[in-house]
Amino acid sequence: MITVIAIVTDGLVYAAWLFVVAIGLTLIFGVMKILNVAHGAFYAFGAYAAATAIGLYFDRGWPVVGGYLAVATAAIAIGLVMGYILERVFLRRVYGKDEVVVVLITYALFLILEDVLILIWGTDGRSAYQPYVEAGSFIVGGLPLSVYDIGLVGFAGLLAIAASYTIKKTTFGRLLTAVIYDRETAAAFGVDVSQIYTVTFLVGAVLGALGGALTAPKISVTPGLGVEVIVLAFAVVAIGGMGSMEGALVGALIVGLFRAGAVHLIPQLELFSIYAVMALVLVFRPQGLFSRAQPRKI
Amino acid sequence: MTGLRIFLGAAILGGLGAAAPFTPLWLISLVTLAMSTGLVVCGLIILWRGGLVPFGQALFFATGAYTVALAGRWFGVTDAFLLTALAVIMAALVAFVVGFLLAQYREIFFAMLSLALSMILYGVLVKSETLGSTDGINVAQASFLGMKPRGPGYTFALFWLALGMVFSAWLGVSAYLGSVAGQLAGAIRDNEIRVEYLGISVTRLVHLKLTISAALAGAGGALAALSISHVDPQMAYWTTSGGFVFVTILAGAASVPAAFLGALLFEIVRTIAVALLPGGWQLILGSVLLLTILFVPEGLGSLMIRKRPTISDKGVA
Repeated sequence: MITVIAIVTDGLVYAAWLFVVAIGLTLIFGVMKILNVAHGAFYAFGAYAAATAIGLYFDRGWPVVGGYLAVATAAIAIGLVMGYILERVFLRRVYGKDEVVVVLITYALFLILEDVLILIWGTDGRSAYQPYVEAGSFIVGGLPLSVYDIGLVGFAGLLAIAASYTIKKTTFGRLLTAVIYDRETAAAFGVDVSQIYTVTFLVGAVLGALGGALTAPKISVTPGLGVEVIVLAFAVVAIGGMGSMEGALVGALIVGLFRAGAVHLIPQLELFSIYAVMALVLVFRPQGLFSRAQPRKI
Repeated sequence: MTGLRIFLGAAILGGLGAAAPFTPLWLISLVTLAMSTGLVVCGLIILWRGGLVPFGQALFFATGAYTVALAGRWFGVTDAFLLTALAVIMAALVAFVVGFLLAQYREIFFAMLSLALSMILYGVLVKSETLGSTDGINVAQASFLGMKPRGPGYTFALFWLALGMVFSAWLGVSAYLGSVAGQLAGAIRDNEIRVEYLGISVTRLVHLKLTISAALAGAGGALAALSISHVDPQMAYWTTSGGFVFVTILAGAASVPAAFLGALLFEIVRTIAVALLPGGWQLILGSVLLLTILFVPEGLGSLMIRKRPTISDKGVA
């Protein structure tokens, strides 16, 4: 019984983290048709910015609540700055080009940013555990449960609701839907596609950076942490269907629970389980669970 | 391919082989390594022409390399020719199996799914103690049909083996690219539904291309393992795959000799970059890649031609 509870709670926490990272990736893909490999760099920079902010803030003994705000501010700021530079300077030049060419551009940017990260923060790892420890924990059914982890799940839940509300109820969301379904027709009806692209990319970048910032207190922040994330986030997005928000949520839950199950029952298969479940889903639904069928153009 | 071109190719490679004893050893090792990369890139070209960009070719490269290391360690196989053949077969076998899944996909799905598969192998190699974990395994010195050259002789022997492999790869790949199946690559890239209407299974064709390219990657991996005398999980890592894609972009998918020249240039730049700027290798790699795609798109060859101008291009750009 304890194992089941552990698998479910661990799975939910992991899924929450995956969802925060994957939703930015799937949003950018859905709207702009760009598979943004540099998303891993947003994540890594977000984690480092958060670690730095935590280091600066928590050593001074200021109120803890402000610390969480500082972390969020640092992540949002670095996400906005990086997203703006990447979109304006590089991606703007390649809109409309072949999707694979655009992937290569973001891949090149990711390589560059990985080294820039090391130039800024050095190769030493950083720990920024204070927010995790300060949040405390309590015991449920014989298992310690961290308040920080519960907050993470709550945040992911709020994010899912907010994303769904924005898309379905707001003007921007409706414009976004129009662009997702048919960019050319939307442009013909006077939608400022260029502006929507910029906003989408910035939101995606901030979400990537936030994902990194939220993880920073739980891990040792080291160079190269962006690499696994981009591959994992891709797995989640591929399971759910590229460009689908609901898909990202369901994909995150599936991967989260499968991985937690593997970690508790057969630890050696941790990494394998994630890609195995991805392959399994793709065998039966090659477009992912929530993707619309594409018309065949002859 | 005409007899004259085959003769010229053989003459150039033969000349290189004859010049080896008069060349510094480090240069021979560098060229051997470049040829192992070139073999992998040859395989990439086959896929590339069909509009497929594999981001996980390191899966087959590492399979080849680890086959050499493990065949030596577990079964005591030391013959370089036998080891290479085993590596090619293993890599092709892996590709044949994962091909049932991979061949269903195109474009970024293909790219990222092959990346995910190579990361599975990386994960397995890093975690398992029997496969050497993160430290990798040393490769014993190979023998060549019973002969056991040592010292500089070993480096020469490997170099000659590499030249032979390059020659066969050049003949084989050129023949394939000229065949009906090879020529269909451009048609698949442009519109595969029309190819299906011709009565040809695109999925099976892609499966075949994947298997051939994997066999070449396996050969490259075997050569790399023999020439470095060591294999480690880094060979399956996505940055290794990225390097192969990088060389293919630089060289373009136009011809097989370009692949080897591109690979040679890549090895030289890497050697210089690592010596001058140890921490900045990815920075240089990324910048060159970015500048190539943005400003010298011809280097991308056929991929860029596929761009279909649409109304919204003007609206967005």
